Amino acid sequence: MGQLQIYAFVFLLAMFLGLELIRKVPAQLHTPLMSGSNAISGITLIGALIVASEADGPIGLTIATAGVSFAAVNVVGGYLVTDRMLAMFQKKGA
Amino acid sequence: MSVLTTILFIASAVMFILGLRMLGRPETARRGNMVSACGMGAAVAGTLLVILTERDVTITAGEGGINPLLFVALGLVIGGVIGVPAARLVKMTAMPEMVAIFNGFGGIASLLVGWGTLHRAFEVTHAVETPSEPPVTLDTGLSVLGVLGQIGGGDGRFVAATIFLAVLIGGVTFTGSLVAFGKLAGKITSKPVLYPGQNWVNGALAALAIAGGVMMCVDPGVYWVFLAVVGLSFVLGVAAVIPIGGGDMPVVISLLNSYSGLAACAAGFATGNMLLIVVGALVGASGLILTRIMCLAMNRSLANVLFSGFGSVSAGGATAATGEHKEAKSLTPEEAYYVLEAASSVVIVPGYGMAVAQAQHAVKELADLLEKNGAEVKFAIHPVAGRMPGHMNVLLAEANVPYEQLAELDGVNPSMEAVDVAIVIGANDVVNPDAKNDPASPLYGMPIVEVDRARNVFVLKRSLASGYAGVENPLFFLENTSMIFGDAKKTIEGLVGEFKSA
Repeated sequence: MGQLQIYAFVFLLAMFLGLELIRKVPAQLHTPLMSGSNAISGITLIGALIVASEADGPIGLTIATAGVSFAAVNVVGGYLVTDRMLAMFQKKGA
Repeated sequence: MSVLTTILFIASAVMFILGLRMLGRPETARRGNMVSACGMGAAVAGTLLVILTERDVTITAGEGGINPLLFVALGLVIGGVIGVPAARLVKMTAMPEMVAIFNGFGGIASLLVGWGTLHRAFEVTHAVETPSEPPVTLDTGLSVLGVLGQIGGGDGRFVAATIFLAVLIGGVTFTGSLVAFGKLAGKITSKPVLYPGQNWVNGALAALAIAGGVMMCVDPGVYWVFLAVVGLSFVLGVAAVIPIGGGDMPVVISLLNSYSGLAACAAGFATGNMLLIVVGALVGASGLILTRIMCLAMNRSLANVLFSGFGSVSAGGATAATGEHKEAKSLTPEEAYYVLEAASSVVIVPGYGMAVAQAQHAVKELADLLEKNGAEVKFAIHPVAGRMPGHMNVLLAEANVPYEQLAELDGVNPSMEAVDVAIVIGANDVVNPDAKNDPASPLYGMPIVEVDRARNVFVLKRSLASGYAGVENPLFFLENTSMIFGDAKKTIEGLVGEFKSA
């Protein structure tokens, strides 16, 4: 199997896994789930890191630094906001 | 890739999967978020390890160039400095906007990853000026297409296509999320912005963008084509979201959340990063499912949400046609108190108005007093009340409302006739009886909280204006309905005061 086929294969399996993972979620968790998966979509940070490590020239470095910054805001902010929401649910259960 | 990196990446993917799964269950949700954060940590650690050990950047940078690692660090610091306070300080009521904007940032980051990858290919071929020799061990004699092929370890056209997708989806996510943010935060009109031939214009924009994508695949070495695609993706994001009414923003945010995952996934294909592909696909799929759940709750199709300009029809179609002019009754909080004091069963229906008025704590206090007074109190949570699914749950949890008091539609509608008072706090479309009775209403078919069947209905609202969907609500004019005008928080505090002084 070529590299491309492996990627496509893994992509499809991951999509199906994603569909199965969150099929049954109680309504009160929908917002935290959306927020949590939004934080996960900040995974593009690792792509930005690699691009940044290879960047050169003012344009390249600007693109890369902006990419890392935006992705990092998404990751850091996303996880903290989700945790804040979930902390409120937990307090009540305790 | 070293063994350690491989282990870190696999561990990271496993933690994301477990984390997502745990996020879907109330008992484990918070730990799930932490597990997923650890997954992110492992992914970043593994990537940094690759950069530090396996790239020659640090060496070349020493010879006069600027060390790109400085910029990596700078970016991470900027991210933290903005992200931490933003997440800490945002009010719970403004949560949907915050998620929208974080999501937009993820989208543009994917766009920039695609851009950076392409820009590097230009640098390598000296198609653009660079101050120093590109620190990449690629053949400099190739065309941009050839370099992309080397990056992707195969077909340059495929890499160009995935860069195109990362940019298109990322750009649409970015500006679309900004528009959603603006609509939710009230910075731009929440009404659908419509003009004749809109769907044609949007279709033409999409076709242009795709044409640009095809041109990129044929020859990625034309920079202006790429920049045009970036511009088009931005315009397309705005154009796609402005015709959607504010009431549908939850669906839009959820869909854009899915997009940002797919954009990350495309960026993963472009850079040949398996972890990005896997995790991006996971998020893309989860966002789609959530979007579907929300459309089902409104009994509408996704296409209807996206393209119908829902809520643009001016209010009162049905009511005005019958020529009836009905008066709504209004009550003062004092008068309402006497009814509540005698009630033995109360259902509270919160909506976005409660969030805006920050009334959740006052509402909780009122619920406690009602219970002390011997009434059974339930909160009826409509699945799309507020601006995000579960928005009301978050707010009520913040106010410490016990879980047992929360009920979904099935939990309250069957016994609605036995309810003495239904208090509607800043909700409108989710209690509109036209959704059951009037096939001409745009809301027709949406499940609602059927408060019109309760013995008394109190509607706390600023005015008789129509709701977010822009549809007039006949509930306000029913025999058993009384309006209590004014700020929801002040009204509730007034009621609380009456109970306390009694």
